Amino acid sequence: MPSLAGLFFWMNIKLENIKKLDVTKPLKLDCGKTIKDFPLAYETYGKLSENKDNAILVFHALTGDQFVTGTNPITNKEGWWVTAVGPGKAIDTNKYFVICANVIGGCMGSLGPRNINPDTKKPYGLDFPVITIKDMVRAQESLLEHLGIKKLLCATGGSMGGMQLLQFCSTFPDKAFSAIPIACSSSHSAQNIALNELARQAIMADPVWDNGKYVLKDVQPKNGLAVARMVGHISYLSEKGMQEKFGRKLQERADYEFSFNADFQVESYLRHQGYAFVERFDANSVLYITRAMDYFDLSKQFKGGLVEAFKNQKTKFLIISFSSDWLYTTKDNKDIVIALNASGADVSYSEIITDKGHDSFLLNEPQFLKTLKGFIDSMYEKFRNEKRI
Amino acid sequence: MKNLEMKKEFKVIADLLPNNTKVLDVGCGDGSLMYLLKKEKNVEVRGLELNQGNVQECIHKGLPVIQGNAETELHQFPDKSFDYVVLSQTLQAFYEPEKVLKNLLRIGKSVVISIPNFGYWKVRTKLLFFGKMPVTKTLPNTWYNTPNLHMCTIKDLFDFCDEKNINIKTAVGVNENKTSIIMKSNLEIKNLFYKIGIFLIG
Repeated sequence: MPSLAGLFFWMNIKLENIKKLDVTKPLKLDCGKTIKDFPLAYETYGKLSENKDNAILVFHALTGDQFVTGTNPITNKEGWWVTAVGPGKAIDTNKYFVICANVIGGCMGSLGPRNINPDTKKPYGLDFPVITIKDMVRAQESLLEHLGIKKLLCATGGSMGGMQLLQFCSTFPDKAFSAIPIACSSSHSAQNIALNELARQAIMADPVWDNGKYVLKDVQPKNGLAVARMVGHISYLSEKGMQEKFGRKLQERADYEFSFNADFQVESYLRHQGYAFVERFDANSVLYITRAMDYFDLSKQFKGGLVEAFKNQKTKFLIISFSSDWLYTTKDNKDIVIALNASGADVSYSEIITDKGHDSFLLNEPQFLKTLKGFIDSMYEKFRNEKRI
Repeated sequence: MKNLEMKKEFKVIADLLPNNTKVLDVGCGDGSLMYLLKKEKNVEVRGLELNQGNVQECIHKGLPVIQGNAETELHQFPDKSFDYVVLSQTLQAFYEPEKVLKNLLRIGKSVVISIPNFGYWKVRTKLLFFGKMPVTKTLPNTWYNTPNLHMCTIKDLFDFCDEKNINIKTAVGVNENKTSIIMKSNLEIKNLFYKIGIFLIG
């Protein structure tokens, strides 16, 4: 471990005590470089059944981590998908065995730009190889092997988690009995890339960032990273949702202050979200992960396009989109449905009507959670019947 | 009563379809027909449904369903990707039934359509004797709130297929407790006495 004595010291200590798999098998990345003997941090919830027929793999989104539900031991906050996963929830951990791994490039224990580069004995920073969604997914294959799971009952994920899932199903067409990609896209649009570039430029414009070398000094480009997070937050909400939540309401004041303080509630909210984020996330990780998202274009990996990507699918799909999501729109999601249909895959699709935007999948959205539960429970029954035969 | 008719209708449709085929149910509702086809005929089913509650119902039953509008979203299904496409009692509710029908014939090797028959004698007498738009058990809505934009009779659909060179493989008249094969020779009489017409075309 680095001898860091500042901001991340306590975090690194805590990260020593979480579940990690040492992946010994070399992984050749899309960029051409190879990583080996790297840590993959993960968490599991519930109990794996004797027949190993109740495993659900969750892929996390850009700023997520392996701590899906319960209390995150590093941040001491609730897991990011506590609305959907847990005892008695839509993904019921009394019934199912839920697995989630921190993506490589991340900063919650898996190999990322904050880890020590064995060649230099110093944190990687920008020497960390550029990774792709496919690299993230392939790194997680070892985890399933380690847990002894040949076939998952289900794999799911929203946003970037959904992209990983599409890649997972394409790369491993028979590793999941069912799959639920939520609010995602098979490739990043110009607008998606533009928003990510805005986030990256905000980080890079912070002088503390220093070409990613801030990691050597154990500081964090807080201001840039906070702005990057604010950009994200705006894209996760719908216009209507934002208007209803904040409108022009003022923050704990009767009138304008005629200053540049956070007069409006929406400003205060964004600042709070931005600065809360810098406490738990690494700026270089944001660069690497957003890059992976931008490079993602599943159809590009196949000559025949997206239809070819889903050829010979045995997995049963349920695609879910949210009507007010402008980041990964209903059309983006429907294009996946159309490709799956054209490839002859077993696919269901539901559009949840809501004002809550892209964030809906993380919120208590009853129609969404009901659909999720109905699908998983019916798949469990089918999967068990199939295994019996 | 409506329910009984529906059960009968689904039974007739199921009888028209061979085992182990691939079927798309357009406007599949809560999945009752898909469930029946899967259970009784080992059919590989898919559904298309607009209503979110119905979509959820299908998903709970483990039936694959795509939420969408048949009027605008049939293009997503490739040519001849299904052995049969079923359209139960919704043809008359589309803005452009002809266009929808063409799409169904493109997607399916054959198509099964059922229609509420506007030529049924009770419907005719309501209009003839009372001078009002008919409201019956099969057609329960009033003129101002009916989803049915293009009502037709068994005879109309028969003639339409003739005109457009669409091959009618089988046509069946359906009441609660009775079914009967419709042919050109008995068209007038069946058109008068059957509430629902089911056509296997393509």
